[in-house]
Amino acid sequence: MSDERTMVEALNLALREEMDRDDNVMVLGEDVGADGGIFRVTKGLIDDFGESRVMDTPLAEAGIVGVSVGMALAGLNPVAEMQFSGFSYFAFHQIEGHVARMRWRSRGRFTLPLVIRMPFGGGVRALEHHSESREAYFAHTPGLRTVIPSGPRNACTLLKAAIRSPDPVIFLEPKAAYRAFREEVPEGLDPAQLDKADIRRKGADITMISYGAMLRRTLEAAETLAEEDGVEAEVIDLPTLAPLDAETIGASVRRTGRAVVVTEAPLSFGPAGEIAARIAEEAFVYLEAPVNRVTGWDVPMPFFAREQSYLPDARRITNAARVTLAY
Amino acid sequence: MNASTSSNKSAGRGRRASKPAVYEASPEELLKFYRDMLLVRRFEEKAGQMYGMGLIGGFCHLYIGQEAVCVGVQSALKDGDAVITGYREHGHMMAAGCDPKGVMAELTGRSGGCSRGKGGSMHMFDPAKGFYGGHGIVGAQVSLGTGLAFAAKYKKTDNVAVAYFGDGAANQGQVYESFNMARLWNLPVIYLIENNQYAMGTSVARASSEIELYRRGESFKIPGKQVDGMNVLAVRAAMDEAVAHCRAGKGPMILEMKTYRYRGHSMSDPAKYRTKDEVQKMRAERDPIEQLRELLLDGGHTDEAALKEMDKEVKALVADAAAFATESPEPDAAELYTDVLA
Repeated sequence: MSDERTMVEALNLALREEMDRDDNVMVLGEDVGADGGIFRVTKGLIDDFGESRVMDTPLAEAGIVGVSVGMALAGLNPVAEMQFSGFSYFAFHQIEGHVARMRWRSRGRFTLPLVIRMPFGGGVRALEHHSESREAYFAHTPGLRTVIPSGPRNACTLLKAAIRSPDPVIFLEPKAAYRAFREEVPEGLDPAQLDKADIRRKGADITMISYGAMLRRTLEAAETLAEEDGVEAEVIDLPTLAPLDAETIGASVRRTGRAVVVTEAPLSFGPAGEIAARIAEEAFVYLEAPVNRVTGWDVPMPFFAREQSYLPDARRITNAARVTLAY
Repeated sequence: MNASTSSNKSAGRGRRASKPAVYEASPEELLKFYRDMLLVRRFEEKAGQMYGMGLIGGFCHLYIGQEAVCVGVQSALKDGDAVITGYREHGHMMAAGCDPKGVMAELTGRSGGCSRGKGGSMHMFDPAKGFYGGHGIVGAQVSLGTGLAFAAKYKKTDNVAVAYFGDGAANQGQVYESFNMARLWNLPVIYLIENNQYAMGTSVARASSEIELYRRGESFKIPGKQVDGMNVLAVRAAMDEAVAHCRAGKGPMILEMKTYRYRGHSMSDPAKYRTKDEVQKMRAERDPIEQLRELLLDGGHTDEAALKEMDKEVKALVADAAAFATESPEPDAAELYTDVLA
């Protein structure tokens, strides 16, 4: 059998292998059992692991996360699914009020080995809550790890790492990458190392930083720059958005002197702003141009007819890089 | 038998006890209940004093008047059972056998506190005693307690979880998400409502369309019972029934303890929502410690001198805790960066 897998299949493999490894790992959420999850990430798990480890829950996001916190306090390793990240706002008070702080307020006597998976981001012709990118809410909250895969292979290894992490992880899955392409994802991969940025393309002329579904568009822009402008861009993926690996970013920008940050999230007070600030701290005197941000606009996520007008595309990213290079 | 002071029109349905069940305690048990309640009260009196002296930061929610609830509940539990509650938790911790020094020093925000001065009055934990906190957001601990019960069942133990909450929290939506899951999955959780009549300054009657809170589980098919929460023996008897129900795999149960707090919601309570007479009447007629004291003396189980001696010993324990909480150093500034992530 081929090891080529979509992100959905790769995530399914990670869950399966982690549940095989440890009986305390279990999944819960709306329709994760009989239906195999709204995007089929948990497909077939109920057949192999049974209803006690693959729990279809009532439609109650706050309750799902709250109950998961209790489970984790008592030593289980729950993987909770929100159907869309936009539905997690119902559970936000649990995430902010308990998930992120239990370790701190119990001086480390309790830790929550809990993963909350959420599909996020645009590109699937859905609307508002079903397409938006609000990772800043989670990344802004101390005590959480915010992990965002960009392809099938790191989706598999990052989910394994998230499940094994003693800390709670908000695991944001870019819907646009769920089935868009396949990668080699064999069984038995080791977990990824969290908190490390990943240099996906080497280059000396400009640093381009992105994550999630925007990574592919950024890589595409880098290829265009190479072909049309003879510019070699270094492309950095941030599979752990928070805590941010500013060191890797800083080292790259100190080499290239120029940076473009690409996110789906809206511009203002967003992840791109934080990354730009860290670049200023890490590499100010090396900068040849202001850091450029290519992001979603400061508007609610538009409906599908205008969805692509909202999302950064390779053309916008390429243009931003050219402006930065010409500065 | 009803501890309520509000006009409490009984609906006459549900599972309200027709005649109150009372636990048949041995003289030794009676004395232990008495001492445990006394410890809670003396601890809280001292905490109130220390707050007045400016030694306690944040907030301070005293449990005085409600002692019969936490002592009766805890006495019915065994090793491995879990307890979780809201922000008025010093009493529960004393009842669970947590070290008074660690609790008092947490109130004073010192490094000797049970959360090393990082949790504060609302965020204290003692996993070894099955105490899972101490939570500041009203009602949010109810789903956590449901998860604790889930874990007990998942691990195939016969342990139960007690999720305490108040009459105010009973109006939070998440409580009902939890009720639904608990009954759907038959989780061994006791929803323990401490109805002390007031959510801060708003009485139950002014905040709740159904004031018989033990009936709040009816549409989830969760049995509920109203209990005289000023009588430790009634609390224990109701708990025995609920614990047996849970351990037998029959799912959750709701116990509504009708109780009363003498002090304000917190230390800065203007108390405009009730009269001094109301509080005095409750103290004079229904006090849980006085009731048990009479029972002990009338039954010839002890005498005034012995009770006085016990009070002295409890006060000394509390004084030690207060001294420790005053002398323990403040947390090191480096603690700012510990325990955020592993």
